[in-house]
Amino acid sequence: MYTKDGNSYFIVDGHVHIWDGRASNHRNIHGKQFIDCFYDYHRNLSPEHVVWDYDTYTYYGGERLMRDLFTEGYVDHAIFQATLLSDFYVNGFGQTEEALALARQHPDKLTYNHAYDPRNGEAGLAQLRRDAERMKLQGVKLYTAEWHGDSRGYKLDEPWSRRYLEECIALGIRNIHVHKGPTIRPLDRDAFDVADIDKVATDYLELNFIVEHVGLPRLEDFCWIATQESNVYGGLAVAIPFIHTRPRYFAQIIGELLYWIGEDKILFASDYALWTPKWLVETFVDFQIPEDMTEYAPITVDQKKKILGLNAAALYDLDVPVELATGAREAVPL
Amino acid sequence: MTATAVSLQAEIFTALGTVIDPELDQPITELGFVRSVAIDDDGVTVHLRLPTAFCSPNFAYLMASDALDALRAVDGIGRVRVLLDDHHDSDTINAGLAADAGYVGTFGSEAEESLDDLRRIFLRKAHTAAIERCVTAVMREKSLDRSQIHQLTLRDLPDGRDKAALLRRRFELGLSLCPNGRVVVDDEGRPMPPEAVPLRLRFARSVRISMEGNAHFCRGLLATRYDDSATATPQFTNTRTRSSR
Repeated sequence: MYTKDGNSYFIVDGHVHIWDGRASNHRNIHGKQFIDCFYDYHRNLSPEHVVWDYDTYTYYGGERLMRDLFTEGYVDHAIFQATLLSDFYVNGFGQTEEALALARQHPDKLTYNHAYDPRNGEAGLAQLRRDAERMKLQGVKLYTAEWHGDSRGYKLDEPWSRRYLEECIALGIRNIHVHKGPTIRPLDRDAFDVADIDKVATDYLELNFIVEHVGLPRLEDFCWIATQESNVYGGLAVAIPFIHTRPRYFAQIIGELLYWIGEDKILFASDYALWTPKWLVETFVDFQIPEDMTEYAPITVDQKKKILGLNAAALYDLDVPVELATGAREAVPL
Repeated sequence: MTATAVSLQAEIFTALGTVIDPELDQPITELGFVRSVAIDDDGVTVHLRLPTAFCSPNFAYLMASDALDALRAVDGIGRVRVLLDDHHDSDTINAGLAADAGYVGTFGSEAEESLDDLRRIFLRKAHTAAIERCVTAVMREKSLDRSQIHQLTLRDLPDGRDKAALLRRRFELGLSLCPNGRVVVDDEGRPMPPEAVPLRLRFARSVRISMEGNAHFCRGLLATRYDDSATATPQFTNTRTRSSR
C-alpha cells in the first residue's frame, strides 16, 4: 500500500521476474546480448540513485526481490511473468523453481504465471496440463518472438497456438499475457504487429489478453484493437519509466491509453528488476498531465488507484481491503 | 585534404542520409546508427550500429542494404562494404551483404518473398504521422475551423520541415503532389469525407506519438549502449591516395 496526501493506493505489480543472466548460465552469445540489452534499458531509464551495478543486475535472488517489492516498494501483490529463453540460457532466464517456491511461501503476496510454447505440439500440451496443476496457474506469459530451434517466433492465431489457448480455457487459466518481440517467421512480416491478438481476443472471450508494454513499439495498433475488444488490457511495463526521463512523453502515452482503452484496462507493472517499483509508484502518484497539454484531461486519483492495482486485482481475484477498494469495478455494491 | 576528398566524404554522408529507419522515419545519420566510414584506395567501408543486439533483424537488414545501394550510387566511390556491428544477426546479414545475396538469399528459409510490404506499412505510418503534424501546425497558426480540415490542401500548408516531410512521404507512396490535393487523405491518397476526418486525425496522433516514442527509446538506448551521445558523428578516416574520379 502507498499513501500520499490522504489517499491510499492498493498496489499490484503485474510483471516481475527472478532471472539469472550470469555468464555461468549463458548457453551462447545471445544470453550475454539479452541481459546486456536489459541492463541498458535499466541504466537508460532509471533515476541515477536506483541504478544497480551489473553483477547485482545479472542475479539478485528472492530475498532482494521481497525487499525491493514489499518492504521498500509499496507493492501489495506481484505477479511473476515467466521468460524462459531456453535457447539462450542453460537453466532458463526466468528462474521457474525459485519463483514458484517464493510464490508458495507467500501466496498472499505473489502469483506465479508460467509460459508455454505452442511449437512444442502435443508434448507441450501435456506439459501445460501438468504445469497448470502443479503451479495452480491463473495466467501464462507468452513471448511470441522466442527462438525455438529453427523458428524465431510465432503468431497467436496459428493452429497450434489456438489449441493451447483452448486448453487454457479448459484448465481455468484466464489471463494470457502477451509480449511481442522483434523476430517472427517469415521475417517479411512485422514481428510487433498485434493483429493476431485481435483475432484470438475475438475468438476466445473467456480469456483476458494483457498486452505487455502496451504494445510498444506499436502503441497505436494496440490502442486500435483494444478499443474494439472487451477482453484486451495493456500492461505499463517498459512504458512507465518514461515518467522520469521524458515526463511529457509519458503524459502523451498515458493520455492516449486513457482515451482509447480507458482507465479500467491499464495495469501498472515495474518489470522488476528492469526497474524497481518504489520510484515508479511514487512518481506516478505525483504525476499529472502538464497544463499546456489541453488535448488530455487531468488524471484523477481514482484512475490512478485503478491503474496501480485495482484493475489487476479484479483480473486475479485478489482481496482488496475495503478501505482501498474505491473506484474498483468490483467494489460497486450490487 | 584535397577538395575531391572533402567532396567524396560529403557525398558519402549525403548518400547515407537518404537511408531512413522505417520504424522511426528518421535518417540513420541523425540517429547515430553510422558508426564509422573508412575511405581507402579500394573503396569505402561503413560500419553501422543499432541501439540493441535485438533490434528487429528485418529492419536491420533493410537499413544495411539501403545503405549499400545508396553508397553504390556515389560516383567514383569504388568497392562498397557495409557491415552491421554487434547484432544477433550480424554474421548472417554481413555475409548476405558481402555476397549481394538479397533478402531471400540472406535469410534463407526464414524469408518468404520480400520486405516490400513491410516497407510499405511503415511508409504509410510515416505518411499518417506527417499528416497529423501538418494539420496540428496549421491549427495552431491559423484559427482554422475544425469542420474545414477536410478541405485543407497542400497549397495551404506553410513551407517548412513538416510540409517537406509530408510531400516526401507522398512521393514515396506514389501519391499526388498536386498543390490542390487534400492534406487529409487515406492510405491510398483518397480524400476523406468530413465525418471521417476527426477519427483519422485522432488515430494519426497515436501513430505520431508511437513513432516519436520509439525514437526516444532508440536514441536513449544507443547512447547508453555505446556510452556516447546519440548525436555523435561517425568516425571518418580517409587513406585514399588516388584521385577519386
